[in-house]
Amino acid sequence: MPKPLFGLKHLFGIGDLSREQITSLVNLGDDFIDINSRSIKKDATLRGRTVINLFFENSTRTRTSFEIAGKRLSADVINISASTSATKKGESLLDTGQTLAAMQPHVLVIRHSVAGTCEFLSEFLEDTALINAGDGSHEHPTQILTDLLTLKRSMGDIQGKTMTIVGDIAHSRVARSHMLAAKIMGYNVRIVAPKTLLPAFVENYGCEVFHDFDAALKGTDILYMLRVQTERLTTNCYFPSIREYHETYGLNMKRLKAAGDHCMVMHPGPMNRGVEIATDVADSMKSLILEQVEHGVAVRMAALTALCGGATEE
Amino acid sequence: MTDILITNGRVIDPANQVDEVCDVWIESGKVAGVGKFDGAAKKTIDAKGLIVCPGLIDMHVHLREPGEEWKEDIESGSQAAVAGGITTICTMPNTEPCIDHAGIVLQVIARAKEIGLCNLRPIGAVTRNLKGTELTEMRELSRSGAVAFSDDGKPVWHAGVMRKALEYSSSFGYLIIQHAEEKQLTEGGSVNEGWVSTQLGVQGMPVEGEDSMIARDIMLTRRADARYHVAHISSKGAVEQVRLAQKQGLKVTTEAAPHHFALTEDEVLNFNADAKMSPPLRTEEDRLAVIEGLRDGTIEVIATDHAPHHEDDKRCGLSCAAFGIVGLETMLPVSLDLERAGVLPMVDLIAKMTANPAKLLNLPEGSLSQGNAADICIFDPNKQWMLDREKLRSKGRNTPWHGRTMTGQVEYTLKDGRVVFEKGEIRV
Repeated sequence: MPKPLFGLKHLFGIGDLSREQITSLVNLGDDFIDINSRSIKKDATLRGRTVINLFFENSTRTRTSFEIAGKRLSADVINISASTSATKKGESLLDTGQTLAAMQPHVLVIRHSVAGTCEFLSEFLEDTALINAGDGSHEHPTQILTDLLTLKRSMGDIQGKTMTIVGDIAHSRVARSHMLAAKIMGYNVRIVAPKTLLPAFVENYGCEVFHDFDAALKGTDILYMLRVQTERLTTNCYFPSIREYHETYGLNMKRLKAAGDHCMVMHPGPMNRGVEIATDVADSMKSLILEQVEHGVAVRMAALTALCGGATEE
Repeated sequence: MTDILITNGRVIDPANQVDEVCDVWIESGKVAGVGKFDGAAKKTIDAKGLIVCPGLIDMHVHLREPGEEWKEDIESGSQAAVAGGITTICTMPNTEPCIDHAGIVLQVIARAKEIGLCNLRPIGAVTRNLKGTELTEMRELSRSGAVAFSDDGKPVWHAGVMRKALEYSSSFGYLIIQHAEEKQLTEGGSVNEGWVSTQLGVQGMPVEGEDSMIARDIMLTRRADARYHVAHISSKGAVEQVRLAQKQGLKVTTEAAPHHFALTEDEVLNFNADAKMSPPLRTEEDRLAVIEGLRDGTIEVIATDHAPHHEDDKRCGLSCAAFGIVGLETMLPVSLDLERAGVLPMVDLIAKMTANPAKLLNLPEGSLSQGNAADICIFDPNKQWMLDREKLRSKGRNTPWHGRTMTGQVEYTLKDGRVVFEKGEIRV
């Protein structure tokens, strides 16, 4: 097997990484951005490596990002989605994992609605590196590495900067991963949500908690908007209506201006325009949303390289 | 000549307030005497350095027979029980079919007798098919051998049905055992709601799920003048409510499972599904409140909530895994920590696993009174051993104590004056 870089055997979560490992991954992603802007977008870094994207949840964006990342580095990339997989025939998660691992891929990229899926599978799959592409409401490390790369390129050092995350914190793996990353990398996180959308003891992450969006704007450098998961709203009472949510927690131009000229806007996508973010904000010069998508490919190239791009030990 | 003489042991029989080094002798399967034996015996067990007590009673056990014998059957469950020094198990009705009519009660009792290792005292369902809508024939179930009533695994969720269940059962003095969980608060949860569930990103089960159901039931118990028992109590608020109800003279009792006084929610921090149960492991504050409840007598009984599952049901990620852990073989060593920590004197600790559940359920077992069936547990309170889940007698391997050192080991278990477990071996 190729020797992993930066001391990484798997990539389960941001919380498992050191500052050095995060910095190395972000810098390596930075280096890969060039490949993406070439006319011939191909590099031989992962030639002969096999990557399987195993997605149990719908995710066009993350799956495509991993697929392009692998292919641009010349890896053989196989995509499996739950709708066509053996799990539909009743196979267990463990059997699916073991079956795919028996085909000897170098990396399994996994997205699953169950938190801890990668940790669970790693106990049984010895020789396969695992990348968590989002597990339940737990972690989404490559999204956070993507955000850190985007912030590095747009505002330089983020040490001491303040990121305000708005929306459904309770169900957000992105929010959890950022709160962990903030501690490691030295930026501040503010959380803005009604109590219905906050997990228990969220303040233990060391973040400031606000229920009033307007009060949180002052001193914010990055406004990070989370998707309102409208699919939940039919059965749950997290907030009374989309209209009230947008009024209370939606980002519009007025709020963006109140935050100040320096403030940038992020969103992990997919966006609900007119719900958590107004269209004019999403499309404004202050929006880093498309950069996030672009840099996602580079960061995933870095993650794949870190896990299986090193020299093969003979 | 007496049949069996157990000599030199520290005999602890809480029902008769005995705690002294003396002999116990057995004739025709019954306790013939406790004290100084002078005579000859066909078989002598030297219990020097060991504790001799009534066979333990576990009033909260899930065997999976009938219906899910691959998880556990009455035979494997009986073996696990006697390996843990337990000679009477009260089994919960959530089998398939469930224990909601007399035929099933008779069937499981007969099956246990055929195996002959321990007593099986079934707990009948409160509602038909555990649906929470229609009461079972409690009189008929009781006459067939059911010793209490519970829909355990599920709460009796409907307040009106619970009221009727308490009123009807109290007409005849039956005990209603409630799995106190307001599902409208806990739905979708896997672990205690708190900082641990937040870090894991899994949905939590708030303590209010347990506490609010108990609050409701205590009100109904007061009105019905019923006997109400909270199964597997796990939260500080719940212990406080039971204590208050007892002070007010209500017939409210409760039990604690060893995992709830030995472990906290930190056990699941690595997504360990073998530490997932309902109610979930809670915080250190809750754990200490359960211990205080045991110390001051609010919690009279230690019971395991032994819940064996097939490994397939546990190996699927924390939020998908089944609730429950096995407990029969770890009840005694884990509980002995309470004595070692100075929470309870040995005699009080043993009472919570013998005399107290016997009294609560009107069982003839749980004491070494002369003429009683010679159901006896002989254990070494200090012997250390490593728990290997592959060596459990239960078919369930789902234990959070795998690989840990346990202190306290059962040396002999006697049932009706017969040695059924001796130094690690089942004797049939």
